[in-house]
Amino acid sequence: MAVVASFGVHGCGGAGASHRGGAQTETVTDGGLSMRWYRMMWCRWWLHGGGICLMMSEAWSEIQSVRWWVSIFNLVKANSMLGTSNHSTFLAKDSIRAKSFTRASMNVAVKVSRFNDITMAPPDPILGVSEAFRADTHEMKLNLGVGAYRTEDLQPYVLSVVKKAETLMLDRGENKEYLPIEGLDAFNKATAELLFGADNAVIQQQRVATVQGLSGTGSLRLAAVLIERYFPGSKVLISSPTWGNHKNIFNDARVPWSEYRYYDPKTVGLDFDGMIADIKAAPEGSFVLLHGCAHNPTGIDPTSEQWETIADVIQEKNHIPFFDVAYQGFASGSLDEDASSVRLFAARGMELLIAQSYSKNLGLYAERIGAINIVCSSSDAAQRVKSQLKRIARPMYSNPPIHGARIVANVVGNPDLFNEWKEEMELMAGRIKSVRKKLYDSLSAKDNSGKDWSFILKQIGMFSFTGLNKAQSDNMTNKWHVYMTKDGRISLAGLSSAKCEYLADAIIDSYHNIS
Amino acid sequence: MHSGKTSPFSSFSPADRRLSALYRHLEGSSSIAAMDSIAAAPTSASSAAGASVFDHVVRGPEDPILGVTVAYNKDQSPVKLNLGVGAYRTEEGKPLVLNVVRRAEQMLVNDNSRVKEYLPIVGLADFNKLSAKLILGADSPAIQENRVTTVQCLSGTGSLRVGAEFLARHYHEHTIYIPQPTWGNHPKVFGFAGLSVKSYRYYDPATRGLDFQGLLEDLGSAPSGAIVLLHACAHNPTGVDPTPQQWEQIRQLMRSKALLPFFDSAYQGFASGNLDADAQSVRIFVNDGGECLVAQSYAKNLGLYGERVGALSIVCRTADVAGRVESQLKLVIRPMYSNPPLHGASIVATILKDRNMFQEWTIELKAMADRIITMRQKLFDALCSRGTPGDWSHIIKQIGMFTFTGLNSEQVAFMTKEYHIYMTSDGRISMAGLSSKTVPHLADAIHAAVKRAA
Repeated sequence: MAVVASFGVHGCGGAGASHRGGAQTETVTDGGLSMRWYRMMWCRWWLHGGGICLMMSEAWSEIQSVRWWVSIFNLVKANSMLGTSNHSTFLAKDSIRAKSFTRASMNVAVKVSRFNDITMAPPDPILGVSEAFRADTHEMKLNLGVGAYRTEDLQPYVLSVVKKAETLMLDRGENKEYLPIEGLDAFNKATAELLFGADNAVIQQQRVATVQGLSGTGSLRLAAVLIERYFPGSKVLISSPTWGNHKNIFNDARVPWSEYRYYDPKTVGLDFDGMIADIKAAPEGSFVLLHGCAHNPTGIDPTSEQWETIADVIQEKNHIPFFDVAYQGFASGSLDEDASSVRLFAARGMELLIAQSYSKNLGLYAERIGAINIVCSSSDAAQRVKSQLKRIARPMYSNPPIHGARIVANVVGNPDLFNEWKEEMELMAGRIKSVRKKLYDSLSAKDNSGKDWSFILKQIGMFSFTGLNKAQSDNMTNKWHVYMTKDGRISLAGLSSAKCEYLADAIIDSYHNIS
Repeated sequence: MHSGKTSPFSSFSPADRRLSALYRHLEGSSSIAAMDSIAAAPTSASSAAGASVFDHVVRGPEDPILGVTVAYNKDQSPVKLNLGVGAYRTEEGKPLVLNVVRRAEQMLVNDNSRVKEYLPIVGLADFNKLSAKLILGADSPAIQENRVTTVQCLSGTGSLRVGAEFLARHYHEHTIYIPQPTWGNHPKVFGFAGLSVKSYRYYDPATRGLDFQGLLEDLGSAPSGAIVLLHACAHNPTGVDPTPQQWEQIRQLMRSKALLPFFDSAYQGFASGNLDADAQSVRIFVNDGGECLVAQSYAKNLGLYGERVGALSIVCRTADVAGRVESQLKLVIRPMYSNPPLHGASIVATILKDRNMFQEWTIELKAMADRIITMRQKLFDALCSRGTPGDWSHIIKQIGMFTFTGLNSEQVAFMTKEYHIYMTSDGRISMAGLSSKTVPHLADAIHAAVKRAA
């Protein structure tokens, strides 16, 4: 230890006065960092190209340990990522008390956090938009960022069936016992039936493994972990563009992904040939992530003929379809119509994965309710797959939250509530269609350039891909206080008829005057 | 030819990826079923001719703890007793929703101004602040100095998992030491987060108490900076807690070796009946100015099991560090479930911020803790009066929801088969599942199991 101490002195002295914090007195408060500190100082000095002093045997054997090299690696990594702030924090006077430079005794007052090298992460590109919107005080500000439905008065909306269900639940005085790992049984049944239709063969033959998940994100994550575990090396193909969080989910689950062409900026429509070519080119047995309806962020969906072709290609290549269904009922207003793509694939006898979310169609955003469904070729396979999904959920959160699941089960299970839900959903989808029309009319009336804005009418669902680039999107925010994501996506759900003209002005200005 | 983006992993060869995935399975998974399941990784998927792409997926075993309830539910016997999962039962053997919880829920559901918009990634702000105060103390300097970041998570499990993922990514030591024994889910939570799991001696079967010397030795020989899991109170499954003096010694040892404490606080208020007393272990660490992690659960003490309410607090040296740490926690959470569920956290916040409701809660909490202490005494008395061989005083010395009976897995199996007693095979029983009426039946079962072995 004394060896390293004196070595440290040498290193510090050579690198200049600011590195003078040689030894530190360490109290029992937090000792032991001194060794690491010495190593880091040595490395920092070494990295600055200082001369290397003789290393005595003790230090040498330390260096030969893997652990030591790992901490060097981490240091280099941290340093290469650091801006100035961390560097100065590390060496800041208040974090180092230089006292007598004796051998590394445990008497050092180390005030340096062991998390000191951590950098500030950037805000989430989607959820961060709402944060920025909240901070804006401008009276004309408009939040078209996150996909959360707003009424014409731009207020959040709790569906009346949801309130009724919650009151029923309260009156019944139900308990709050743990759900099974796979979630509420009544919910799992209801959600699968909603997706496939109760009389669908896959349900009748019990070939669907359904596990309640934490809304769409959580359900996608369960599936991603399953893919990593049981299909190691298999890729997931995702559309270009896609929801921003898809990549994060697969990255964190260590599932490789690549993109297939989807959005064609020239037509502001679907690059169908590109999509088919890329799906064909992918290695056999890849997973293909498809948006069941109301593609996020573009709002561009394949036609039913195109879906057939997509299914053909997927079958040819033995790929596995993986649907993200976050807007069932919200896109067209009809639950069955919005599920037609999924049902088309199921009808071909294919095995498929489907993540569902009730955030939008039941307005249950914050209750985190969804499901992962895996259609297998046999009920035996479905049972085995379900058991493995449980093994993934248990070390993540043990079992899912009851509240949202009960609401869904109550709404879907009660014919009156179910019908009322369908009506409310039609209203929500209807309002979105009408602001699309109003926005289109405003744009067409105000824009003299002859640009074709009809893509706004052709796109479906909560979002519209305006075709604005990052600079133009920034202009929308900076000049017009219109908050949206940098990929040019706007959420029609956050637009009122009253604001369509203002938005049209903003879009026209950004499109024509900014490049 | 399009140049779309690909993930960081796409450039590795499929063979490399398979190898590394296999390696991770072997590292992270302890069950044989998992190892079997990767024996035949498919090279090409085919759902033709009845073949399934999932053919190689074997059935996983039931979770050892939650599986007890599954087995119990299947049993038709009228005398069956579920002493498996740690969920509180009343004297009538029924689940309990606290009165104060019902009141809070009523207020929330009837409040028409409330909405269901997404919470921020870190959860409900009020809930986070109140949770930190609850565990650290309202006057905690760490809170006053803004050095604590608290994020709402999915109960204890979720808080542990998010904390572990964070450490695996940002902390230089990737080994966590867990007590022997510990809650069955701990090794999996940490393993799948990417930490390597080692254990330190904790339970002494000879004394049915704490192996303090062993604990000090094992922590003393841990590498500097290693993470150490500590049960804040009411150790699960043993019910054996260090004394305050022992906690102080543990603290000094850990600080001298820069070991990073990671507290699992699932029973605050439930162990002794007093919220502050049950938080002392955490507070002595935080009050020395050092850093630590704390996972809190409201499953037991507020009876909010299925609502999945909990919080992860990371106490840092400075407010600046805490801010950066919080930003990185968000990157862990967003791809896992985006943001946490609203309902349970709202109930907790409503209760904690209202003086009367808080008071009411402490009374109901003490009543639950007292009932458990009473059950301990009754079981002990029942075994004594039957003359069951052995020293059963550990039943009244241990604390919290669970008792480590000292019964082995054969005895447990016998009790399940012959007496329809459902418990985990390590001999742990949940006292919360006992009532005055059912104590005699359990005592009979234990008596028979012990005499049978003799």
